[in-house]
Amino acid sequence: MIPSLTHYLVLSAILFAIGTMGVFLRRNLITILLSIEIMLNAANLTFVAFGRTFGTVDGQVIVFFVVTVAAAEAAVGLALVIALFRHRKSLDPDAYTALRG
Amino acid sequence: MLQYIPLLPFAGYLVNLAFGRRVSKAVSAWVACLAMAGAFAFSLAAVLALLQRPLEARAIEQLVFHWIVSGDLDVPLAFRLDPLSAVMVLVVSGIGFLIHVYSAAYMHEEVPSEYARYFSYLNLFASFMLVLVLGSTFLVMFVGWEGVGLCSYLLIGFWYRKKSASDAGKKAFIVNRIGDYGFLLGMLGLFAAFGTLDFQKIAQVIGPMAPETVFGPLSLIALLLFVGAAGKSAQIPLHVWLPDAMEGPTPVSALIHAATMVTAGVYMIGRNAVLFGHAPHVLLVVGIIGAATALFAATIGLVQNDIKRVLAYSTVSQLGYMFLAMGVGAYAAGIFHLYTHAFFKALLFLGAGAVIHALAGEQDMRRMGGLRRDLPITFWTFLIATLAIAGVPGLSGFFSKDEILYRVWSSGHPWLWLIGTITSFLTAIYMFRVVFLTFFGSRREMEMDAPGPGHPGAAAAPGTPPKTGGPQDHMGLQHQGAHLHDAPPLMAIPLLLLAIGAVVAGYVGVPGALGGANRIEAFLEPSFTVARQAEGVRPRSEDRGPTGEALGLGTRPEGRGATAGHQAPAGQPGSEDPGSTELNLMALATAIALAGMALSAVLFLTRRQAAEALARTFAPVHRLLLGKYYVDEAYDAVIVQPLVTGSERGLWKGVDAGVIDGAVNGVGRLVGGASGALRQLQTGSIRAYAASLFLGVVLVLAYLVWR
Repeated sequence: MIPSLTHYLVLSAILFAIGTMGVFLRRNLITILLSIEIMLNAANLTFVAFGRTFGTVDGQVIVFFVVTVAAAEAAVGLALVIALFRHRKSLDPDAYTALRG
Repeated sequence: MLQYIPLLPFAGYLVNLAFGRRVSKAVSAWVACLAMAGAFAFSLAAVLALLQRPLEARAIEQLVFHWIVSGDLDVPLAFRLDPLSAVMVLVVSGIGFLIHVYSAAYMHEEVPSEYARYFSYLNLFASFMLVLVLGSTFLVMFVGWEGVGLCSYLLIGFWYRKKSASDAGKKAFIVNRIGDYGFLLGMLGLFAAFGTLDFQKIAQVIGPMAPETVFGPLSLIALLLFVGAAGKSAQIPLHVWLPDAMEGPTPVSALIHAATMVTAGVYMIGRNAVLFGHAPHVLLVVGIIGAATALFAATIGLVQNDIKRVLAYSTVSQLGYMFLAMGVGAYAAGIFHLYTHAFFKALLFLGAGAVIHALAGEQDMRRMGGLRRDLPITFWTFLIATLAIAGVPGLSGFFSKDEILYRVWSSGHPWLWLIGTITSFLTAIYMFRVVFLTFFGSRREMEMDAPGPGHPGAAAAPGTPPKTGGPQDHMGLQHQGAHLHDAPPLMAIPLLLLAIGAVVAGYVGVPGALGGANRIEAFLEPSFTVARQAEGVRPRSEDRGPTGEALGLGTRPEGRGATAGHQAPAGQPGSEDPGSTELNLMALATAIALAGMALSAVLFLTRRQAAEALARTFAPVHRLLLGKYYVDEAYDAVIVQPLVTGSERGLWKGVDAGVIDGAVNGVGRLVGGASGALRQLQTGSIRAYAASLFLGVVLVLAYLVWR
C-alpha cells in the first residue's frame, strides 16, 4: 500500500491531537513545551505532504519558516520555564495560580 | 411718595441686619424706631393729601415699576392709597411705632446681636404689612401677605432654642400656608376669569354683574380667598396657630397677633367688597364662621390660666366679630372694629407684657394678684382697654362692636346677632376675670402644684402656661419681689398713648342714632363700592338705606329674596324707626356688658370659691374648655399622625429606602452577581487558559470555514 495524501494527513492530525492533549493534560512545563513542538511538527508534516502531492516546493519552504519559529519559541519558552522555576521551584503548571480571580 | 412708607422700615431691616451685632442696643433701637416714625410721618402726609381730594376721587396711585409683563398678565408693583388703605396704613405704622418703642425697653435683657435681630425682624414685618395694605393688585398684596407670614414665623420662634417656640413658629407658618393655598387658587381663578389681578379693574368688571344666586365661579373664587383669610386671621378651622403664637415675645403678640397681621384677612375682604358682595352664599359662610369663631374662642378664653392665652383667644374672638360684620355686608363696621380693636388689644398685650416683665416671666394668672398697687400705670391702662373690649359705653369698643351687632340684626340675622351678643357677655366676663385675677386680691404664690379645679394636673395638661415671658431663664422663678416695678417710661408712654386711643378712637364712628355723623363709615364708603366712572352715573343717594349706610354693591339686587337678604335692603325688617332699634340694641348691649362685669366681679373678685365650685361642678365642661375643645389633638390624630406615619412607613421606608434605594442597590448587586459568575472563568490555571485559547481558535476557524 502506497501512502497517499490521506494517510499523511491522518497521521498529522493524530500527531496534532497528541500534542494538544499533551498541552492540556501534562503536569510538567517542559513536557508541555515538548507537546507544543509535536504540534508544530504535525503542522510541518501537513505542509510537506501537500507540497509533495501538488509537486511544488512551497510546502518545504514553509517548513523552514515554521522550524525557525519553533526554535525561537522553544528558546523563549525554556527561558520562561527557567524563570518560573526559580520563582516557585516547581514545574507543575497548577502551581502557578497567581492570576486566579 | 407712597413707596417710602414700606421702604423706610425695609431700610431699617437692612441696617439692623448688616450692622446690628456691631452696634450698641441703643443704636439698633433708634434705627428701628426712626424707620417706623418715618413710615408714620409719610403715611400721615399721604393721608392728609388724600383728604384734600374730593370724595369721588379719593385715591392716590403710585407705580413703582412694571413688575410682571407676560402675555395677558400685567402686574405692576404699584401702591394705591384710598380710604380703606389709609386707615390700615395709619394703624400699622402708628401702632407699630409705639410697639417698637415699647420693645426697646421690653427686650433690653437680650444681647446686642439678638436685640438687633429682633428689631430687624420687626421692621421687616412692618415693611411687608405696609406693602400688603398698600398694594393695588392681588400679587403685590400677596407678597406682603407671605412676607408677614414669614416674619410671624421668625418672630414667634425668636427664642428658637426653646423647642416649644420653634414648634409654634412652624405651626403658624404651616397653617398659614394652608390658607395661602386657597388664596393662590382664588387668585388663579380671578386671573382666569377676568384676566387681571388689579383690585380696581376687578371691581369695575364685577360691579355691573348681578350677584350670584347659585354657587358659581365668583362664589368659588370668593370662598377660596376666604380660606386664605381664615388662615391669616385665625378663624375656624385654621385658628390653631394663634394661641401657640404666644410663645413669641409679648410685643410681637401685640403687633402681629392683635393689631396688624391677623387683620389682613379682614382687610382683604374689605378690599374685595365688590367681589364678595356678588357672592352672597360665601358672605353668609363668612358671617357664620365669624360668629362661630367668636363664640368658640370666647368660651375657651373663659377658663385659660395663662394671661397671654386669654388674650390670644380674645383676639380670635374679636376677629370673629370682624368677619361677622363683613359677612353681613357691613364692611365699614368691620374695618371700624379692626381699627378700635388694634388700640385696645395692643394695649392689653403690652399691659400683659408689663405685668410679665415685672414678675420676671410669670404668666400664670393663678400666681398673680394684687398688682394694682405695684403697677398703677399698667393697671389703669389695662382697665381702660378691658372696658373698651367689653363694650362699655363711652369707649371705642362700644361704638364699633355695637355697630356690628346692630348691622347684623338689621340685615336679618337674629341668630347671628344672638351669638354675637352672647359672645359679648362672655367677653366681658373673661376680660374682667383677667383684671381681677391679675390686679386685685392678694398675691397668690402657693398654688404651685395644685392643679386648678377640674384640671387633669401635671405639666403636660392643656392650659398650663409655657412660661415664655423672659428671654433666657425666666422659667417661673420665684423671686417676684426683685423686679416688681411699674413699666419704665419707654413702656409706659406707649401704654398711655394707646389708652388714649382706646378711649377716643371710637368717636369717628358715632352712629346717627346717638347724634353723630358716623364719619368713618362715610369716609370708607368709596372703598367698598365700584368707582363711579365704570358703570355710568349712579348718584350715591340711591344706594343709601334709611340709616345712611351705603349698600356696598355695584348693582341693586333683583329682589330681597334673590340674595338671601343680607345686603342691607332698602327697608329694614320690621323697623320703621331704625334709630330706636339701634338705641334699644345699644342699651341691651350695655346692660350685657355691665352684667358680665358684675358676674365676673362676683366670681373672681369677691367669692373666688364660687368660681372654683362652679368649675368643679361642671368639671367635664371645664376640662373641655381648658383643652381648647381638643381641636389640636383632633388635628394631630386625623391629619398629622397619618401624614407622619404615611411618610415614615410609606414614603420613607417604602418608597425611598425600598424602591429607590432598592433599585440603586439592586443594580449594584446585579453587577456584583454577574461578575461573580464571570469570575469563575479566572481559575488561574494555566492549562485551563491554554484550553480556552485552543477552543477560541477552533471556533474562529469553524466560523471561517463554514461561512
